[in-house]
Amino acid sequence: MSFRKYGVRTVALGYLALLLLAPVAMIFYRTFEHGLSPVWSSITQPNAVHAFWLSLEIVAIAVPLNTAFGIGMALLLERGRFRGKAVLGTLIDLPFAISPVVVGLSLVLVYGKTGWLGDWLAEQGIQVIFSVPGMVIATAVVSLPFVVRETMPVLRELGIDAEQAAETLGASAWQTFWRITLPGIRWGVVYGVVLTTARALGEFGAVSIVSGRIEGQTQTLPLFVQDRFENFDPTGAYTAAVVLALLALGTLLAMNLLTRRTHRKVAV
Amino acid sequence: MLGIYLTALVLLPIAALLVKSSTGGLGAFWREVSNPEATAAIKLTLIAAVIVVAINAFFGTIIAWVLVRDEFPGKKIVNALIDLPFALPTIVAGVVLLALYGNKSPVGIDVAFTRASIGLALLFVTLPFVVRSVQPVLLELDRSMEEAASSLGASQFTILRRIVLPTLAPAIISGVALSFARALGEYGSLVLITGELPFKTEVGSVYIFGQIQDENLPAAAAVSVFLLVIALLVLAVLGFVLRKRSQHVL
Repeated sequence: MSFRKYGVRTVALGYLALLLLAPVAMIFYRTFEHGLSPVWSSITQPNAVHAFWLSLEIVAIAVPLNTAFGIGMALLLERGRFRGKAVLGTLIDLPFAISPVVVGLSLVLVYGKTGWLGDWLAEQGIQVIFSVPGMVIATAVVSLPFVVRETMPVLRELGIDAEQAAETLGASAWQTFWRITLPGIRWGVVYGVVLTTARALGEFGAVSIVSGRIEGQTQTLPLFVQDRFENFDPTGAYTAAVVLALLALGTLLAMNLLTRRTHRKVAV
Repeated sequence: MLGIYLTALVLLPIAALLVKSSTGGLGAFWREVSNPEATAAIKLTLIAAVIVVAINAFFGTIIAWVLVRDEFPGKKIVNALIDLPFALPTIVAGVVLLALYGNKSPVGIDVAFTRASIGLALLFVTLPFVVRSVQPVLLELDRSMEEAASSLGASQFTILRRIVLPTLAPAIISGVALSFARALGEYGSLVLITGELPFKTEVGSVYIFGQIQDENLPAAAAVSVFLLVIALLVLAVLGFVLRKRSQHVL
């Protein structure tokens, strides 16, 4: 009996150790094995610094856009009454079922030089593909569903009693939203924002296609990792990867703190 | 406002993709998909996805079991780490795996540029799906049924086969469906570790990427739509199976 129990535990933890823990630990070791100075020089090289700030800039635009959209769409799907709700819900989830590469391709087909809106955008003097706007759009697409999906269940649980009471007492729709609805769903929204941010920071495939990968111009931190690796600069790649891994660990920590706040279903 | 945003980000791009893939008619679509390199990439993607999903179903369920039914020091940390593949950027996942299982492997295992590397990377990025869908169901599972079966003389194996697994099956299936869709489209974690060798380690998404770089957009669009349709079909079929099952139980 106890042999069986320990056997199952060993198999499960052993699998996790080999697949997850050991590789992640290894990258930290590889990064710092020659001391701190090569790490410092690769983290401070201009292209790395530029990639870091560009990644943050894209996140700073895409995440607020998706948050506003996510709250609005969650309200619409949860509170609205109209035909085709299921279709709309499926459409929102589509970015999760599509390869990032396909997201990039479909954006090129709309916003690229030969794309549907290519001529019109050129007339306006706006370049989307191979520049930052396209990268923001690509990032927004791949992280679109998170806030919607995390806000909807919280909204359902909140119910409409308090909102109706506020309305009866003469509050405007806007007042009701800011004073009643938003405070009630805030932890769900924050959880969605954390997931959106993590995904936005790490997006690779879609951004790779629409960015054109121009060093020091349209290179985000994940693209910088690839560039360093392919140019035989493992320390540069490992260092940038460790920065991203630390951000991911921070995300995990935030997720766990929020899980306690929102009493989500996976509690151990 | 919501409509404009959704149209600009999802509707219009998907429409453009569908139009692009079908401009030459069904014949042209089929020619692109049946191009030898494309077919090899699609086949490899599907086979890899099926293998990875089967392994996930097994280990994901065991991990969920250990996280719910077992007690050991550090369990909370292990539980939190399960989501790491979702939080970690995919390109970093590739670098991380290469650091341990690449050509400078300290343990002497080098999978770089082999087909095994595809499986390894896909197992890494899809790890949380089955665990996270089985875990809550296991948490809710009433142990009195198992105890009743046990007191009636059922063996551990019988209890597992007749009581536990049937209850967990829907959760396993939905985790498997999500893993499968993710595996079909995965790109970032495969770029560095597979070497992107045509006919050997080139999967669908890598082939599509290459066609875009070569400005062969019709080919890229055709293979994209083909893989997307398979992913949606699998999701739909498994969703249907799940609904059937839940009706059956009720």
